[in-house]
Amino acid sequence: MNIIVTIKQVPDTLAITVDPETGTLNRKGVPSIINPEDKNAIEAALMLKRKHGGSVTAISMGPHQAQDVLREALCLGVDRAILLTDELFAGADTLATAYTLSSAIKKIGNFDLIIAGHQAIDGDTAQVGPQLAGFLNIPQITNVVDMKISASGNHYYIEAKSKFGHLVRKVRAKLPSLITVVKETNRPKYTTINGILNGYRKREIECWNCDDIKAAKHRIGLIGSPTSVLKTKWVEHKRKGKTIKGSPEKIADEIIKFMEKKEIKGAYSI
Amino acid sequence: MKILIDKNKCTGCKKCIPSCPYDAIVMKGKLATIDERCTLCGACLEACPFDAIALSNQMEKIRMDVSSFKDIFVFIENSHGKIERVSLELLSKAFELAKVSKQKVAAVLIGDDVKSLSQELKKYNLNKIIIAEHEFLKNYETLRFTKVFGGIIKKYKPSIVLFGATPLGRDLAPRVANMVQTGLTADCTEFAIDKESGLLLQTRPAFGGNLMATIVCRDHRPQMATVRPGVFNIPTTSSSGKKNSVEHFEVELTQNDAQSEIIEEAIESIEHANLANAKIIVSGGRGMGEKRNFKLLYDLAKALGAEVGSSRAAVDALWIDHEHQIGQTGKTVQPDLYIACGISGAIQHLAGMSNSKYIIAINKDKEAPIHKIADLSIVGDLFDIIPKLIKTINNTKYPITNNC
Repeated sequence: MNIIVTIKQVPDTLAITVDPETGTLNRKGVPSIINPEDKNAIEAALMLKRKHGGSVTAISMGPHQAQDVLREALCLGVDRAILLTDELFAGADTLATAYTLSSAIKKIGNFDLIIAGHQAIDGDTAQVGPQLAGFLNIPQITNVVDMKISASGNHYYIEAKSKFGHLVRKVRAKLPSLITVVKETNRPKYTTINGILNGYRKREIECWNCDDIKAAKHRIGLIGSPTSVLKTKWVEHKRKGKTIKGSPEKIADEIIKFMEKKEIKGAYSI
Repeated sequence: MKILIDKNKCTGCKKCIPSCPYDAIVMKGKLATIDERCTLCGACLEACPFDAIALSNQMEKIRMDVSSFKDIFVFIENSHGKIERVSLELLSKAFELAKVSKQKVAAVLIGDDVKSLSQELKKYNLNKIIIAEHEFLKNYETLRFTKVFGGIIKKYKPSIVLFGATPLGRDLAPRVANMVQTGLTADCTEFAIDKESGLLLQTRPAFGGNLMATIVCRDHRPQMATVRPGVFNIPTTSSSGKKNSVEHFEVELTQNDAQSEIIEEAIESIEHANLANAKIIVSGGRGMGEKRNFKLLYDLAKALGAEVGSSRAAVDALWIDHEHQIGQTGKTVQPDLYIACGISGAIQHLAGMSNSKYIIAINKDKEAPIHKIADLSIVGDLFDIIPKLIKTINNTKYPITNNC
């Protein structure tokens, strides 16, 4: 099986803390990591490779430092790593990003399955996976928690267990397809010493630019993005509150008084 | 700027025709031509194997003719005979935006045998209810729904299209946006119409909820967005007797239009926490100490008519089910009152509850960040305070309204 995994380098937004004195966010020194759900994607790909043979290619669009996550992918056991990097790719929204990835995947050629993490912890959109499937005109199954490959007649299929909230769907699609996985899907393995040695020895990370993937210049980067950011604001969590002290009885009374004053009523009885 | 087909390069192979979401490519004899239906979305530019299709100005950004797109469409997500609550929440926001921008609101209902749902929609002040019915639309399948929705956009050319950011909405909306080559903003929590430009200002959290970004889609239409459930309110029903017009969109689907097949669908029977609708939430964190201490919170919740929530720490410690988790990787809630018990107030938790109207924090650590965002801050032992609170509530018969 030829599997492609799309990965992204992101700031570790789950580790952001608040400065206790100023109440503002500590933004300095937030490390760059591989997007958590992309690790689940790599693990799912490697699991399928262990079962069915074949190769796993990791691909990422980003600036040069994104090579770090591709190197990590090689250390985890992927066979090939490709970085799409070009000034012209910068400023891309999800549509332009998906287009760029699709151009590269068309260049890679033959593939059976694309596995993507459901969403990235910086953009939080969960859009690139489905839009990539759209550009390649292949089936998509999102929120996949379990999967297996089956054959019927001359074709191979993926049978996936997909969770839409409380609704559990068993969906089958003909390969090639794209699936997105979530953190519940599996437990990503840690790199091993052997893995790290192989990852550094094995291969070079291939770097491709706009011309290499024959991407149309008006569809990539900022120019190719229908959406753009008008303004941003860091969230400050602060309220002017009142502190109450005293015996538990007194505190309980104060709480009730507060609720009565603000006319807070429950709505359902359990 | 225009899209041009080079007569000298065009061989009449017709490969470009299916690439246009608006059916604007027409054969005139042996040559492909682009007619007035073209919206400059750019989807055809790659379709010609002979490179005959190009922009009149290569490097200029694609700008669609936005003036021909009007009105606000809301996708009414439904399953098993029920309308998803978020779709109704979207309607109320759509009405607000429509008023400000002098547009109309239409509901889009896709499925099989959805007439009873359209009856329910008549309660609201909609201009139009567009129904796309077909047996092949009984269960959600990505490509079928995408084709139908794309066709509706093509026919009606709405300026704004809103979806709930449910798992289904987030599966469908990007594929639709891809089909019509327009911009999509995910998980919005606020909208406004810019007075000068008339653009939809789409505000949404990024960086794990720490950054609020306002996004615009300047030159492409429709402006599409998925919207976070639980942020907007259900609209008031209108008994004005106004007749909303129901239009049936003709659906042409075959067996081959599906790209995937549903083998089985089942509702997972797990503990269900009605946090989205709760007016009061009583929430516990690491400070609860152990699983059985959550009984205190369940008792308090019962006394108040509240729901029980938790921080991630309590879920990870297996004290309570993930269903109750509030925060960046859990649910987002907007109750009138959030009582945080033994919760430190990490940023990731705040991302899920900071929009609560009032916050009461009970945490014996006075340095806990939760105290900074509480309206009523209590540095004390929850194991002393909560039992007293329950007693007081039961004694004073604190009013609970059953508001189903």
